[in-house]
Amino acid sequence: MSDLDAFRAEIRAWLEANCPAEMREPVRDEDDACWGGRNFKFKNEAQKVWLERCAAKGYTVPDWPKAYGGAGMTAAEAKVWREEMVRINARPPLSSFGIWMLGPALLKFGTEEQKVHYLGQIARGEIRWCQGYSEPGSGSDLVSLQTYGEDKGDHWVVNGSKIWTSYANKADWIFCLVRTDKTNKYQGISFLLFDMTTPGVSTKPILLISGNSPFCETFFDNVTVPKGQIVGELNRGWDVAKYLLGHEREMISATGGADRAGSLGAAMARGGALEDPVLRAELALFDVDALAFTAMSEKFIDEVKIGRGHPAQPNMMKYAGTEINKRRLELVMSAGGNAALEWESEASDGGSHARNWLRTKANSIEGGTSEVMLNVIAKRILNLPGA
Amino acid sequence: MPLYHTEDQAMLADTARPFMAEEGAIAKQLRHFRDINCKDGFGHALWKQFAELGFTGMLVAEADGGLGMGHVEAGIVLEEVGRNLTPSPFLTSSVMAATALGAASAELKGRYLPGLLSGDAVFAVAIDEGAKHRPERIKTRAVRSGNGFSLSGSKAFVVHGGSADMLVVAARTAGNDDDDAGITLFAVPKDVAGLSQDAVRLVDSSVATHVKLDNVQLDADAVIGEVDGGRDLLNKVLAAGRIGAAAESLGVAGGSFDMTTTYLKQRKQFGRLIGEFQALQHRAAHLYSEIEIARAVVIKAQQLLDAGSEKAELMVSVAKAKAGKAAALAVKEGVQMHGGIGMTDEYDIGLYMKRDRALAEFMGDVYYHAERVARLSGY
Repeated sequence: MSDLDAFRAEIRAWLEANCPAEMREPVRDEDDACWGGRNFKFKNEAQKVWLERCAAKGYTVPDWPKAYGGAGMTAAEAKVWREEMVRINARPPLSSFGIWMLGPALLKFGTEEQKVHYLGQIARGEIRWCQGYSEPGSGSDLVSLQTYGEDKGDHWVVNGSKIWTSYANKADWIFCLVRTDKTNKYQGISFLLFDMTTPGVSTKPILLISGNSPFCETFFDNVTVPKGQIVGELNRGWDVAKYLLGHEREMISATGGADRAGSLGAAMARGGALEDPVLRAELALFDVDALAFTAMSEKFIDEVKIGRGHPAQPNMMKYAGTEINKRRLELVMSAGGNAALEWESEASDGGSHARNWLRTKANSIEGGTSEVMLNVIAKRILNLPGA
Repeated sequence: MPLYHTEDQAMLADTARPFMAEEGAIAKQLRHFRDINCKDGFGHALWKQFAELGFTGMLVAEADGGLGMGHVEAGIVLEEVGRNLTPSPFLTSSVMAATALGAASAELKGRYLPGLLSGDAVFAVAIDEGAKHRPERIKTRAVRSGNGFSLSGSKAFVVHGGSADMLVVAARTAGNDDDDAGITLFAVPKDVAGLSQDAVRLVDSSVATHVKLDNVQLDADAVIGEVDGGRDLLNKVLAAGRIGAAAESLGVAGGSFDMTTTYLKQRKQFGRLIGEFQALQHRAAHLYSEIEIARAVVIKAQQLLDAGSEKAELMVSVAKAKAGKAAALAVKEGVQMHGGIGMTDEYDIGLYMKRDRALAEFMGDVYYHAERVARLSGY
C-alpha cells in the first residue's frame, strides 16, 4: 500500500467516524452553509460538531500549514481529502471568505505575526470576514476607488463607502481597499483589515431581484484603523487585490462548473420535463458544453499544479464558467415550467429554482464582469493592440 | 492522468509541428493537388514521408511492427494535419483502418500492415450509406457463398475510397437493417470483381467515392474480427475516427484562429489596427475560450480511450461535438474578421472554412453527437 493509499484509508475512516449524518446532505443554498464567526447561529448541533471536529484536525483548510491552523496536506493529499469528502457527500465544514480570499492573500503578503493571528482564527471559523472592494462609483473600474484613509501617525482615519459587500451585516471583520495616496491611481491604494464593530462602520443590506440580501452597502465615518492592520506594503494594496481577484475568479469559475460533472439533461429528465424535443436538444447541446468545461476545469487545475498555463487563464475560466452556469439555470427554469416560477411554496423549497436562476445573473458581474474578463483575455493572452 | 502531454508526447509534437508546417504546407499540398486536379486529392510522396517518421504505424501494435502508440499521439499528428490543412490518408488508413486491422487475423495483418507501415498502401473505411453519418443502420449485405461471402449494397461518401488499396467495409451478415448485432467487417481489395466506385470531389477538395458492391465474392479470410459480432469492433473504429477528426478540427480551429489574430494585429481601418476595436477583441477572446475548452475535452477523451475507460464513448462524442462547435466558430469568425479578402480564393482563411465543413460532417456532426450524448446520459 502506497503512502497515499494509507492516507486515504486514514481519511476515510476519520470521515466515517466523525462526519455527522446531517452533514452528508447537500447544502441547499448560501443560508444553509456554515459561515462561522462571532454571531453565527448554528442550524443544528451537527453543524457545530462538524466544524469543531474538522477545525481541531486542521481540515477546514487542509492544505494550509499546521502552524496557521491547517492540516499541512500536500496537493496530492488535499486531492484525496476532497475525493473522500465527495464520496460521502460531506458538506464543507466551513464556508468562508477568509478561507477563499483573505487567507491566500495573507499567506502570500502577510507578516508572520499576521499569519499566525488571522489565519488561525479563519481556520477555526471564529471570525467571519467580508470584502470591501467595489464602491458606488467604482465597479468594473475598481482602481478608481475613493474611500480614503487619512494618515494620522499611528493610525488611519477611513471615510467613504463600499457596495456589494457580501454579508457585511453578518461579518466580524472586513478586508478593505482604501486609498492612501490621492496622487497615484494604482500605487495609492492600501489593503487594510479592521473590525466591523469599530465606531463609524455601518451597513445596509441591499434587496436583490432574487428576494435575498446577500450584499450590503457599507459606510465608513471616521473609522480608526491601527497601522499594524495593513497587509503588504503601504500604497501597494492593488498588488494584493489583483492577486486576490485571481483567486476569486478561480473560485467562481470552479463553483460554476467544475464540481457539477453530471448531465443536466439526465437530471431534468428525471423530473419528466423532456417531452419537448427542442428543449431536449438544447439540453443535449448544453451538456456538450458543460461536460467539456468540466474537462477544462480539470486541465486548468492540472496545469496550475505544474506552473504551466497562462497566468491570465483564470479570467478565461471565470468567463466560461459563469456563462455556462447562467445557461444551466435558464434551462432548469424552462424544464421546470410554471412550477419553477413558484416563489415561496414549500414544494419549491422557498422558490429555490427561481431564486437560484436570478442569483446566477450576478455570476458574470461579481468578481469582474464577463466583459472585463474578455478585455483581459484580449490584452494579456491574445496580445491584441490597444487593449 | 493529468490533462497535458507527457514528455514523450511533447517531443512528438515538436517533431510533427515543424514537419507539417514545412512539408504539409497549404501551398505545397492542398493547393498544389487541388490545382492539378489530382484524382487522389493528396500526395503519395508526403505519405511516404509520414511512413519514414513512423506516423503511418503509430496505432499498429509493436508486435506487428508499429509503434504501439495511442490516440493522444495520433491526435498530435492530426492536430498538425488540421492546422496546415494537409491532405493525407492518415485518419482513414493509420487511425481507422489500423484500428480495425488490430483485430484481424495474422494472415490479414501480414497482407496489409507492411504496406501501411511503408507508406505504400492507402486504406479507406466504408461504413455510411447515406448523406448523413448513421452507422446504426447497415443495409449492405454479406451472405455465405462458397468458401466465403458475397457482398451486395452501397456505401456513400467513402473518403479516399478511390485511392485505397483496401476498403474496410461494414456489412450485415445477420438481422435487420437497424439491428445492433449481425455486423461483420470485411477487408475488400480495390480490384475485386463487382466493386465499383464513382468519385465525387467535395467542397474541401478532398475526393470521396460512392461505392457499389454487386455480388463481390470474398474468401472467408477477408473477415476482420468476428462474423456477426463486428459491432464492437466497428464501434472501436468509429471512436478512433471520431476522436481523430476532433483532434484535426482542433488544428483547423487553431490554424484559423492564429491567422485571424495575426490579421487583427496588421490590418488598419479608420486609422487604427482593427484588433484595437473592442467589438472584435471580445469575439476573439470568446473564440479563444471555446478553443481552449475544446482542447481540454479532446485530450480527456483521447486519454480515456487509450485507457479503455467505459466513460470514453460519452467523452468522445462530447469531444467531437465540442471541437466541431469551436472549429465552426473559428472559421466563421476567421472569414468575417478578414472581411473582403476572406472571400477570395487567394487567401487561405476560406480553405479553413471549407475543411471545417467537411470534417464537421465526417463521423457525425455536432447534432449527431449531442444526440448521442443525450442517449448515453440516459435521456
